[in-house]
Amino acid sequence: MNVLLKTLTFSLALTLLFTFVTYLLPQVKGEAPVEKNVDLGSLTMEDFIALGDDIFHNKGTCTLCHKPAPLGRAPDIEGENMVALAEERLADDRYNGEARDGEAYIRESMVDPGRYVVAGWGKKGSNDSESPMPHVDKPPIQLSPMEIDAVIAWLQSKDGNVVTVVLPDPEVAVEVASAASDGGDAGKVPAPAATAEEALARYACVSCHALDSRNVLVGPGLVDVGARLDKDELRQSILDPNADVAEGFPPAMPPDFASKMTVKELEMIIEYLAEKKG
Amino acid sequence: MKQKKFSHAGGLFFRMLRLFVMLLFAGVSLPSLAVADDGAVNTQERIAPVAEVRLQGQPPVEMVAAPAQKKAQVVEPEAAPQPSRKDYPNVGISSRAIVWVLAQMHLFFGALVLAVPLFVLMIELVGVFTGDDRYDDMAHEFMKISLTGFSITAIFGGSLALALFMLYPDFMGYMMHVFGAQVLVYALMFFFESFFLYVYYYGWNAFRYGNLKWVHLTLGLLLNASGLTIMLLANSWATFMMAPSGVNEVGAVVGNVWEIMKGPLWNPINLHRFIANIGFGGAVVGAYAAFKFLSTGDPAKRAHYDWMGYTSNFIAILAFLPLPFAGYWLMAEIYAYSQQMGITAMGGILAWLFIVQAVLIGTILLAGNFYLWSGMSRTDGSERYKGLIKIIAFVLVVSFLIWVTPHTLILSAAEISLLGGSHHHILGPLGIMPAKNIAVNLMLIATFLSFQLYRRSDKVATVGWAPLGNALLIGVYVAAVANIVFLGVYFGYFTNTVYKVGSSVAQVGTTLVVIVFGLVIDSLMFRNARVLSSHWGRIPDRSQYALFALPIAFTWLMALMGYVRSSVKTHWHVYTVMKDNSPDNFIPTIGYAGNMITLVTILFLLCVLFMFWVANLSGSRQAKPEPVVGGVA
Repeated sequence: MNVLLKTLTFSLALTLLFTFVTYLLPQVKGEAPVEKNVDLGSLTMEDFIALGDDIFHNKGTCTLCHKPAPLGRAPDIEGENMVALAEERLADDRYNGEARDGEAYIRESMVDPGRYVVAGWGKKGSNDSESPMPHVDKPPIQLSPMEIDAVIAWLQSKDGNVVTVVLPDPEVAVEVASAASDGGDAGKVPAPAATAEEALARYACVSCHALDSRNVLVGPGLVDVGARLDKDELRQSILDPNADVAEGFPPAMPPDFASKMTVKELEMIIEYLAEKKG
Repeated sequence: MKQKKFSHAGGLFFRMLRLFVMLLFAGVSLPSLAVADDGAVNTQERIAPVAEVRLQGQPPVEMVAAPAQKKAQVVEPEAAPQPSRKDYPNVGISSRAIVWVLAQMHLFFGALVLAVPLFVLMIELVGVFTGDDRYDDMAHEFMKISLTGFSITAIFGGSLALALFMLYPDFMGYMMHVFGAQVLVYALMFFFESFFLYVYYYGWNAFRYGNLKWVHLTLGLLLNASGLTIMLLANSWATFMMAPSGVNEVGAVVGNVWEIMKGPLWNPINLHRFIANIGFGGAVVGAYAAFKFLSTGDPAKRAHYDWMGYTSNFIAILAFLPLPFAGYWLMAEIYAYSQQMGITAMGGILAWLFIVQAVLIGTILLAGNFYLWSGMSRTDGSERYKGLIKIIAFVLVVSFLIWVTPHTLILSAAEISLLGGSHHHILGPLGIMPAKNIAVNLMLIATFLSFQLYRRSDKVATVGWAPLGNALLIGVYVAAVANIVFLGVYFGYFTNTVYKVGSSVAQVGTTLVVIVFGLVIDSLMFRNARVLSSHWGRIPDRSQYALFALPIAFTWLMALMGYVRSSVKTHWHVYTVMKDNSPDNFIPTIGYAGNMITLVTILFLLCVLFMFWVANLSGSRQAKPEPVVGGVA
């Protein structure tokens, strides 16, 4: 009994010692990302930039890799002027993306980071031809186009550059939010969109095209697209966007809508756009 | 007569083997049938007649529209469900805590009962080759003390399954959908394992000598084969949750069950768990031997349990030495699969846990070394090496302190100003991985040196080239230490992260070279060596506490690393395809994790005590009460 007592006491004491060590360390919880309600009606650019700052440091998990040397596993974009760097990279021979300006470059570097890999930061053994960075619009990060815009706004503003990103349109955002929160079924194969607005939001047309103005985001504004193009031309511009690119614009429109949209969705969008006569 | 008996047993054995193989193939083919059922071949087609029966002279019956019907029946693969918070049943206490305790207890006992038959088979084989019955008896005793563990594993496994189905119905539904009939193969393997276990254990003395011994060894091999298959199948579920394969980006099954199983992390986890289980099993049975050693004053029994404790420690430490390398491979594969996941573990919120890991591994290495040094008192020849023990102890302690040095500290403003920044100018650099890589490799080399000295302590080399061999060995140790320090310092502090990580592979390689070279030199040098006398049982009582420290630290370490492995998925049930929307979808604080780990460690300790008690109970027999004169007994 004496031996049992001694050995049990020893074992218990050792176990408690290990537990004690855990209490010497910082007690930090790793919260899952939570959906935040943003009142787009009263959203200012300062709020939008602050949102981008928050996403960069939390939900986006960007700072896991983008840290100052020697700790970082990716360029220290927080410590660098990304707008100035974007211009340099766009002019670099190794750049194989489709962006034509700083904003588009930053967006592209988030959703398709392999288009330009900063020297020394490529995947091991790829000779900087492959990026180890995940696509931020896909799981597990899964930022929405609006959240990506917010991060771009913050990256532009933190070094005193002009913020070129436009604030999200409240009406469109409501559509995006309702589509995204559709019963929390983010992983399911989505049901076809019921309306043209829903389809435009689902395929993120509104990220690059202003629907109610001639403002240029990435592509031209669509407020008068129905006056400029007939239905066949609209159809072609969606299904084969690179066949005839609007003058002065980069060929940045995704060419794979034909394989993503249902026929009904495509026709709804065409009908909707055809009615936009300015 | 004996031969006849054997051929009868052998015939039965081969019939069983044939049946086993048939069932295994049937089981393996089930998943592919299940997948096919979801796809092109539907039930109607499978039961449709392959030929037509009609009267002679009658025209054939036209088969209408079958191809069109087939086209219309293209079924979209089912995506992973995305349950909302209300879909998770609330039983009043944390569902995760319930599953955590049950899963960990199941894993502890699962690891134990998978590991013990592995080294029991090895010890039995040593007994066959040496002809020494002590090995056979010890192997039998190891099986005896772990026998109840099989039932305890099954009890916790069943409870875990029920808890998962009740508390996480959508998740379990999805997992069943993905793995299909593979889970039935898993269940089937339990029948095989139980069959081989009971025949192996209860047939020990019936199949003890001659050809029957080989039948017994084959049964042990089949027991291990079924146990390992169980482990591999269960591992595929865990690794699918971490790095899903065979499904598309929304979790719909697009591959067959083999493609689902062989994800990028499956083999690294298989290897890591296989080695760790052996170390863990050795440590647990070592505690049994230590307890028995301390409980008896009989010199013969003390000698027996001292030897048993030594063998257990030998198994535990030998398995433990390559474990960091298997862990390194696993982490490298995690980084290759998802850099984000890798950094979450090593550089994000979970990084602090590696300080606790350092404390635990340090405890294991210090306890293992202390036991070896204490064990040197068994032989008179150990005096030669006593001076080196101080150097080894110094290296171990300094390396341990470097390993536990945190990179950043929670400091007040006054403390930061006193320190001149958030990092101490000397201790700060010791807090990052290059310093820790140097420390852990030096600790492994020092531990191997202790082991080597212990093995040498009862021998005197008789070969003529012994001085040259010793000089060569010293040269290898010195060069290895210099190389490890150089690689760590140069690539760790003067180049970027990519080279830093790359150099750690070379460090690990250097440590392996020392181990392999040391074993080769010693095996050649001590061939036909003069053996000095050893006195089993001549070891201080305090040394036995090292044999208790080992399983406690191993158990804690397993629970801690299991927690890290599971937490790197963050808020996903199945990473990137099925979100965890339960109330427990956050990573808890280290203190909370520490409490949970301590709880499961204590529960495990109590269950192990029960297991040992039951094992001893079978050998006890109550004395018949003497009849009381003139009354009732």
